[in-house]
Amino acid sequence: MKPVRKVEGRAIPFGQKNVDTDVIIAAEWLKTISREGLGKGAFESIRAQEGNVFDDPEYAGASVLIAGDNFGCGSSREHAAWALDDMGIKAIIAPSFSDIFSSNAFKNGLLAIPLPQEAIDRLMEVAKTDPITIDMESMSVTTPFQDRFTFEMDPFRQQCLMDGLDEIDLTMAKSDAIEAHENRVDSAQSWHKPIAA
Amino acid sequence: MTEAKTLYEKIWDAHVVDQRDDGTALIYIDRHLVHEVTSPQAFEGLRKAGRKVRRPDLTLAVPDHNLPTTARIDADGNKIPIADPQSAAQLEALEANAPAFGIKYIGASDKEQGIVHVIGPEQAFTLPGTTLVCGDSHTAAHGALGALAFGIGTSEVEHVLATQTLQLSRSKSMEIRVEGLLGPGISPKDLILHIIGVIGTAGGTGHVIEYRGEVFEQMSIEGRLTVSNMSIEGGARAGLIAPDEKTFAYLKGRPMAPKGADWDAAVAYWKTLPTDDDARFDKSVTIQASDVAPTVTWGTSPEDVVAVTGHVPAPESFADASKQDAARKSLDYMGLTSGQALGDVAVENIFIGSCTNSRIEDLRAAAQVLDGRKKAAGVKWAIVVPGSGLVKAQAEAEGLDKIFTDSGFEWREPGCSACLGMNPDKVPPGERCASTSNRNFVGRQGPGARTHLMSPAMAAAAAVTGKLTDVRELIG
Ligand code: SF4
Repeated sequence: MKPVRKVEGRAIPFGQKNVDTDVIIAAEWLKTISREGLGKGAFESIRAQEGNVFDDPEYAGASVLIAGDNFGCGSSREHAAWALDDMGIKAIIAPSFSDIFSSNAFKNGLLAIPLPQEAIDRLMEVAKTDPITIDMESMSVTTPFQDRFTFEMDPFRQQCLMDGLDEIDLTMAKSDAIEAHENRVDSAQSWHKPIAA
Repeated sequence: MTEAKTLYEKIWDAHVVDQRDDGTALIYIDRHLVHEVTSPQAFEGLRKAGRKVRRPDLTLAVPDHNLPTTARIDADGNKIPIADPQSAAQLEALEANAPAFGIKYIGASDKEQGIVHVIGPEQAFTLPGTTLVCGDSHTAAHGALGALAFGIGTSEVEHVLATQTLQLSRSKSMEIRVEGLLGPGISPKDLILHIIGVIGTAGGTGHVIEYRGEVFEQMSIEGRLTVSNMSIEGGARAGLIAPDEKTFAYLKGRPMAPKGADWDAAVAYWKTLPTDDDARFDKSVTIQASDVAPTVTWGTSPEDVVAVTGHVPAPESFADASKQDAARKSLDYMGLTSGQALGDVAVENIFIGSCTNSRIEDLRAAAQVLDGRKKAAGVKWAIVVPGSGLVKAQAEAEGLDKIFTDSGFEWREPGCSACLGMNPDKVPPGERCASTSNRNFVGRQGPGARTHLMSPAMAAAAAVTGKLTDVRELIG
């Protein structure tokens, strides 16, 4: 994973609440066996509408998406995170995220930044004309107008994102503990036996 | 005395491999279900990094999501290829990946094939007190057996394949207590739709739900699976129901269930799992069972529920501006007007199936309504898709397939089918579908498709009258 320390750029003032992952990427696009190329299918049903914010030239090349409450709810499809990444989005700012989406975003080095609604309202305004900056070190979102909003993130995730750590490697380093657990279960709960392959 | 714990806390504590200071833990995963759509990139990742599957013996693979539900074997016993090249490629990838990594694979034309969340319990792959994951959000369903089961993304699928663990932070606990019993003709699906209407689609975010109350104790395992299945629609990653005698009776003798002395040891352990009397939940919601009517959705979010005897709500009736706006968009998409009686809404398509409602009891409930009746002239497409090959065989042994086909339904092969628009079973744009699935999102059943969620009996009633219908009028 690439380290992410800072994201700077224009933001798409989307603002919609309860955006489900079917909206982010429709089922038809899930037939791929690769992680790439899904940006074309992102927000398809919204982009079919005239004057939608995603195709507004003002926001071409934007790296941040601002959304409403409960972003990424519904299906667990990680394709939603891949699609956002493929369309060039590096961070999403919203009052809240679904649990599965924020985890999927994290695994792909995509920032899911929670901020209160008032901050979102302000950033939606700023986004119309100016860029915003997200700094992972200080965990803050700033604008050219001296706005500064701080956010919280579990320190482990913060570290992994900033250092671009591979989670599987981190876990494999604990294989002794995993094996110890397996041995414990094998001896205490023989019924727990795995199925025959 | 030991500290009082909830069912969730007991399962969590028994699976901590490594506890970190920041409150997160490495949690051992006992069971992993793999399907064709969310796994190819995970296997690819393993291959690239030169990693193996740590515990293939705890992993079970089956295709379900994009398999067509039409015949899979021709008259000469040959496999019928999938027409869509991308779907075919996904299926081939799973067919190749499973043996390459030593994973047990149930093939598209095997008699045990079915939807991951139907075959897990059916094979007793799912057991009480275990942790179970799958790259599909409706994994919550397995919580009905008292397993801590939740959906994961593809990177997590890869992580579990490689390490048999997940790095997780503990969720908060939420009790949904239902007081009283359901009225006649009211099903578990009506109950869970009602619950989602009360708590909202974000009501359970960050929480693991435990469903409690006499209604669940009396409910069959099939019904419990329907309830737990839709926990994710209430925002919760998992939804548990305490294992009890019904759970044990359901599991006993199933193919992967413990046998002999192991069985007795397992039951003794499972009996220690239910939430202790004085354990505390972080959040508690009480629902009166007597408030639950036959329920349908009117909008494009599973929280948009209303009694079928009611009316389409006015967007102005919602408190906050964004919900009003969402309601306006929903009504526009759904082609409904506020104040319209639900009972006047005509449907052209009927889908009985999905991991929410495709088990034998669901098919029996629908067949009971359809027996001796025909689908209405206005209903163009009506399909029944059993959740697994075993459900299909059981239904055929009971003659249910005959009832369905006599009334004008198509009787299909198991799979996800019209639950999601990624296989050939789709609802045409602008048309309505009375559906027993779990999501009524924009485009979920195909671009422009209008979904009304409901129980199997209600979907059958809609097929008979051609409109959304209170099933109690037909079975009373
Ligand atoms: S039936 Fe629908 S919800 Fe269930 S696993 Fe298949 S696609 Fe997912």
